Amino acid sequence: MSIQYQIVVCGSIVPDPLQTLEPVTSAAGPALKNEMMLPAVLDPWAGHALFEAANIARQHPGSKVYLVSLGPKAKLQQVMMTVAQKAPFELIALDGPSSGFTEAAEVAAALAEAIKGIPGIDMSRLLVFGGWESASRGAGATMQMVGELLGISEQFQGVDQITIAADGSFEILERIEAGQHQVSTCAGAPALLGWATGNLPEPPNNPQVGMANMRVVMPALSKAKPVKLTGEGLTFASVALPKQQRETRIEKNMNADDIAKEIVAWVQQG
Amino acid sequence: MESILCLVHTDSNGALPKPAFEALAVAKDLAAGLGGASVDIGLIGADVAAAANAVAAAGARKLLGVSGAEFGQARYATDAAAAAALVKASSATFVVATQTSRFARVLAGVAQRIGGRIDTHVTGVAVKDGAVVVNRWYYRQRMEATVTRAARPWIIAVDPGCVKPWSGAAGAAKVEAVKVELPEVRTQVAGLRSPSADEQTIRPDAELLFVAGAGWTKKQADGQTHVPEAEKLILGFLHASQASLGGSKSLVDASGEGEAVLRFMTHLNQIGQTGATPRHQKGLATCCHGEEPHTVGWRFVTERRAINKDAGCGWARGKADVLYVADAFEVMAKVNALLKK
Repeated sequence: MSIQYQIVVCGSIVPDPLQTLEPVTSAAGPALKNEMMLPAVLDPWAGHALFEAANIARQHPGSKVYLVSLGPKAKLQQVMMTVAQKAPFELIALDGPSSGFTEAAEVAAALAEAIKGIPGIDMSRLLVFGGWESASRGAGATMQMVGELLGISEQFQGVDQITIAADGSFEILERIEAGQHQVSTCAGAPALLGWATGNLPEPPNNPQVGMANMRVVMPALSKAKPVKLTGEGLTFASVALPKQQRETRIEKNMNADDIAKEIVAWVQQG
Repeated sequence: MESILCLVHTDSNGALPKPAFEALAVAKDLAAGLGGASVDIGLIGADVAAAANAVAAAGARKLLGVSGAEFGQARYATDAAAAAALVKASSATFVVATQTSRFARVLAGVAQRIGGRIDTHVTGVAVKDGAVVVNRWYYRQRMEATVTRAARPWIIAVDPGCVKPWSGAAGAAKVEAVKVELPEVRTQVAGLRSPSADEQTIRPDAELLFVAGAGWTKKQADGQTHVPEAEKLILGFLHASQASLGGSKSLVDASGEGEAVLRFMTHLNQIGQTGATPRHQKGLATCCHGEEPHTVGWRFVTERRAINKDAGCGWARGKADVLYVADAFEVMAKVNALLKK
């Protein structure tokens, strides 16, 4: 009989990558200018984790996907309107900052607490997913800490593929240097996987899935537990946009032969 | 008094990879900045003797080692236990390591385990007014911050390629073995899987990064796409120059959107916001377009040149050293011909 997994995906929201970002100083430390006004999306790598989780749940009937998300309640609601149409899941919302300038350890503690609080959570069937890094802090730290707090020592980061065998063991491909993958086999759950891109395309919107999800998303948002992140002991001396501007030599009238010669000389230069 | 542990791991041959020497350089600089803090070196590997000998002249107070067959490969359960044991054995207040894929997968968990804090992807470490400050980027290389922390132990994982590696003569080093209590290990490393021989990925060891943009698969002046020709030109250049291949997000994503694609381009080639931020010495961008945030992919490439048809393109203007306003198909054909000679 197929294992009925409990797959918990940790994923927050980030500003739409196409937005212009500018740091400002707030009373609570660095922040983004007009942060609450910026359109947000589900963190891209966490999104891949969610799609992979949904795929596993589909292949293992009886499995369930949870999405644990920490962010400002209003922004979470906005993002869930879209994400909820992609895959079936139950949202566990935490109302707090989604800023990249928060402390990973504090975020991890809040996420781990929320996972422990899921009714009926069963370590023998638990797979914890998330992005291997976020598009905000980009530290690759939070998921490892969540795993530690949950007592999961089978962890994998930069995951592009999981293949589950009939006996519940699985093979995992993790990204390493030089475009290679490390291949590991794990005896089974519990395990934590920080996903890179994976292999699945973003699912098309499914309004029926969206309707079903939103029935639980809205109550989950209304009872989202407030989370305060203090950043104790962490001090930002400065946060700034890179100012480096190059003096670009623009060659508009050079013919292809001369350009080619110049490029070859440059490439071959020691 | 602060003390520093420089944490390194061996490669598959039992030697120290270049990033390990970079970590050692950072640790030694930090020790000097802190007025002579002690530096221990913690080594992890199947056999650390050769690695210890390579850093014998580094002036470390102690060389601590965790060795054994189970530590020869990257695996969270064993690496986390080894690193945590080394930090405890040295009683270090700072732990300096480089962000190799092996350590990137484990050091944050170690920070949690030892009750410390961590900063990853650090690009610079300094001591200012007696306080240690680190530089790192936020929002996928779009803003840079200088950070300091009160918590100890503080793990600092430095991105490879940011500092000049320490160098010194090899010697005969004495390693103090540190015992590790392993949890039940349920993961076995089966090996590595490389891309097929003709498949190009981002190779950090290459001198040159060739960045292909979505323009290669768009309709050209004759109203037609020329994808097979684009593939031939790009692969021809990669073969002749031994360059590494990167791709813009729009080009990599094209496959998922049902558009014409370059068959060898995958997410492993993607640079930028949701891809890699390579640090090659030279970068040649072709048919790449867009303003921030698309340009972050080659922010750390030292010498940058670009070929595209738009003189005002934000990818190149102010970001490249040279912008050739030309047809990349024509130019690259001539470049390949010259490289073949």
